[in-house]
Amino acid sequence: MTDAQWEVFSYQGVIGAAVLYFIAMLAYFFELASLRSAARLTAQEQEQHEQAAGGSTQALVATPRRTEVAARLGLVLTVFAVVVHLVALVARGLAANPNRVPWGNMYEFTISGTFVVALIFVLATLRTDIEWLGPLVTTFVVAALMAAFLGLDDAVLPLPDALNSPWLVIHVVSAVISTGAFTIGALLSGLYLAKERSTSTTGYLARVPEPKVLDRLSYRMHAFGFPVWTFAVLITGPIWAHQAWGAYWNWDPKEVWAFITWVVYAAYLHARATAGWRGRNAAILALVGAATLWFNFIGINFFSSSSQHSYAEGAAPETSVVVGLAGPVEAAEEVGVVVGADHARA
Amino acid sequence: MTDLKPDLQQRPSHDRQATALPTDLTARELGRWTWRQLTSMRTALVLLLLLALASIPGSVIPQENIDSLAVSQWRDNHPQLAPIWDRLDLFNVYGSVWFSSIYILLMISLVGCIVPRLFVYARALRARPPRAPRHLTRLPESASYATDESPEAVLERAATALRGRRFRVDAGADAVAAERGYLREAGNLLFHLAVIVVLVGVAVGSLFGYKGGVIMLNGDDYGFSNNLTQYDDFAPGALFDPDVMEPFSFSITDFQVDWLTEGRRAGMAREFVAELDYAIEPGGETRSYDLRVNHPLSIGGTDVFLIGHGYAPVITIRDGDGEVAYSGPSVFLPTNAQTFESFGVIKAPDARPDQIGLEGTFYPTFAMGRDTEGNLTMPASVFGDAIDPLVSLFVYTGDLGLDDGTPASVYVLDKAKATQVVKDDGQPFRMDLRPGDTVTLPDDLGTVSFDGLQRWNKIQVSRSPGKMVALAGVVLALIGLLGSLFIRPRRMWVRARRQDDGTTLVEVARLDRSSAGDPEDGAAELAEVVAALQGETPETKNSKREEDES
Ligand code: HEM
Repeated sequence: MTDAQWEVFSYQGVIGAAVLYFIAMLAYFFELASLRSAARLTAQEQEQHEQAAGGSTQALVATPRRTEVAARLGLVLTVFAVVVHLVALVARGLAANPNRVPWGNMYEFTISGTFVVALIFVLATLRTDIEWLGPLVTTFVVAALMAAFLGLDDAVLPLPDALNSPWLVIHVVSAVISTGAFTIGALLSGLYLAKERSTSTTGYLARVPEPKVLDRLSYRMHAFGFPVWTFAVLITGPIWAHQAWGAYWNWDPKEVWAFITWVVYAAYLHARATAGWRGRNAAILALVGAATLWFNFIGINFFSSSSQHSYAEGAAPETSVVVGLAGPVEAAEEVGVVVGADHARA
Repeated sequence: MTDLKPDLQQRPSHDRQATALPTDLTARELGRWTWRQLTSMRTALVLLLLLALASIPGSVIPQENIDSLAVSQWRDNHPQLAPIWDRLDLFNVYGSVWFSSIYILLMISLVGCIVPRLFVYARALRARPPRAPRHLTRLPESASYATDESPEAVLERAATALRGRRFRVDAGADAVAAERGYLREAGNLLFHLAVIVVLVGVAVGSLFGYKGGVIMLNGDDYGFSNNLTQYDDFAPGALFDPDVMEPFSFSITDFQVDWLTEGRRAGMAREFVAELDYAIEPGGETRSYDLRVNHPLSIGGTDVFLIGHGYAPVITIRDGDGEVAYSGPSVFLPTNAQTFESFGVIKAPDARPDQIGLEGTFYPTFAMGRDTEGNLTMPASVFGDAIDPLVSLFVYTGDLGLDDGTPASVYVLDKAKATQVVKDDGQPFRMDLRPGDTVTLPDDLGTVSFDGLQRWNKIQVSRSPGKMVALAGVVLALIGLLGSLFIRPRRMWVRARRQDDGTTLVEVARLDRSSAGDPEDGAAELAEVVAALQGETPETKNSKREEDES
């Protein structure tokens, strides 16, 4: 196939995956809806259900068959979507000449990040009971893919010179993976806060396990994400920055925010290590962490003019000399940690 | 969370919470109280969050040592705020007193927290696993069963099984106590100590290191040797000593850019190579190096980076007397990183009768822009490579402000006392030159010729001692972190007692001491140990097992 064909193929793949996620999401919603109608069963029936389920708090979730089928279907479709998503990512890399990793701009970063979110979810279902997160994950992924498609789409451009470093691959892989883990962690922490207040016995929140379990799962996502983020931001990032810019740490806005994210998550882990800060406060800190993470990806671009990364074309100050190569380097970092004006837009 | 209580008792140093201020204090008590506050876990948390918060302004306000140009522009635009910002050190957040005091407090707190914990840990390492609590089955993870075996046989098997599972085992008269996962605390201590190592490495770099930039014209005629006078900009650390500067020298013999002319990516540049000839010391052997992005040249502890490039039109100015008043390449600075449209000035202070100054734009690939109707609009450069180079200059004469001794930037023309040369119709006189062109200036001022094109590179030289220390620190921190997060310290006890009916009651309990023990894993481990105990004795009666979800 030619590059252009690969590119079209990749777009089709992303659309296909988005559609699959969407149907998975509908299946999950159907599951929830039928749970709700199950809850409207007569009191007597309810009692029977409760007995059948051993009287646990999850009694109402003792589900009729079609609910179960819907949930299964949701997961299976999500798995298919992840596979198609992966194919689309690979195709995106093959569409570039020379072939490369698909992390050249924000569109590519977003489709990679959402892939990791979905993949982590699917892998997590193998290890632990977390299928109930399906509706949230699919909704998030569908929304992010739509945003990527509508707002961030960009041509397949080759990686500029500065991106031609193995450190880029390692740096970005780890940044994307930890972003995915933190994102799922944030979904769980948000759920924790909602569940903690909720007394509802029907609907989604009733389907979700106890706050204690949510808290623990969220912690595990963060405990997985934090070392990976440390590796991305404090090891590979500086090594690469040193090679490309001549200084391993520049206090560039993107670095600053990656650092802030790191510190907030360190505080989160700390907070949990002291008994008093478990649960609620920790969940709030986790959401703050996710806010800094996503602000770095989306916001810095629009707010900061002094970043070596966010690079406005033609706005280079007249007496600034570091222009020539700053472009590519900046593009490098833009995919790297987090954000970026895509100066590469042709 | 029942499993936390033992923690609280056994690790006093870090779980110490801020205590209430005693009412009547001696200085000593006050000191102790302050120290306890400072090293409390809650203070560490607050300081961490403060550090995050304090980092924010520096990402919003331009920073002096990162982009001093943006700072001066900001100052011009906000004349009222700038003095206040100055007083608050907001143009230098990461070097400011208030920012430093946060992380220094954090470090003090860290040391104050870590050192006692090191001792506690050293003791814990030698300690035997704590004795079995009286009511084993009250622990959240426990099981019990009765068997015909003798208690001794059960306990012996328990000790073997637990040792086989790499527990440290202490066999008592009626119970076996076991513990494993000591490395978690070691990992945690390593992580916190490594944070200090990183900070030391970074501090050494910023105190003793330096970073400087120089714009170098290409060609053997232009050399650089590593000493202070040769830099265009230079940022030394507070304790920098010029004697550490390695005495190397280099020149750029050639510079190549691979411009893409076809396909979607046309107009982009890839593969920048500056060919260097360098010598490690004066008179030393000359070597070559292809300096590329991502491939700095390391000489001793110093690194040389290629960070920019641009054009330098070679211009000759003859004055009204026909004498050469200026001749040579002039560095034009890119104003557009894609097309390399560049701005520059040329000064000929020796021109007679009047000084001559030129100011204008260089277009590597010149084209007239067209609007949607096809009318000619602004001139522009359409490509970064020098395919159709053109320099377009305005002329000034009079006093260029160079004679009064104040230093002037070579990139700025002081027009305060100069007058712009105009055409007969009063419009500014502008000349557009292609290489080889010569233009005669009005009013017998002289001539200007565009002889050819040179290139320049921006080279950055930096020395950051301690960077390997910092790197080693982060790597150690990461290793420690992994240990701290994923090693699960836990204890297990097995008690066996003869009951009145002659059978032996065996109780097994497990206590997860980490904050995130996984109940499924915990239950699995408990079940495995129980299975191992019951191993060869299928005649088990009355099996009972309890698990708690917590
Ligand atoms: C630069 C500042 C600091 C950073 C970045 C930091 C980071 C961390 C992180 C990421 C953890 C989580 C590891 C885990 O859960 O096992 C942790 C745990 C811990 N930190 Fe810190 N910390 C800092 C300062 C301090 C200080 C000043 C203290 C003492 C007052 C402290 C005491 C502890 C303790 C006791 C734990 C372990 C809790 C447990 O065993 O679960 N840390 N720290």
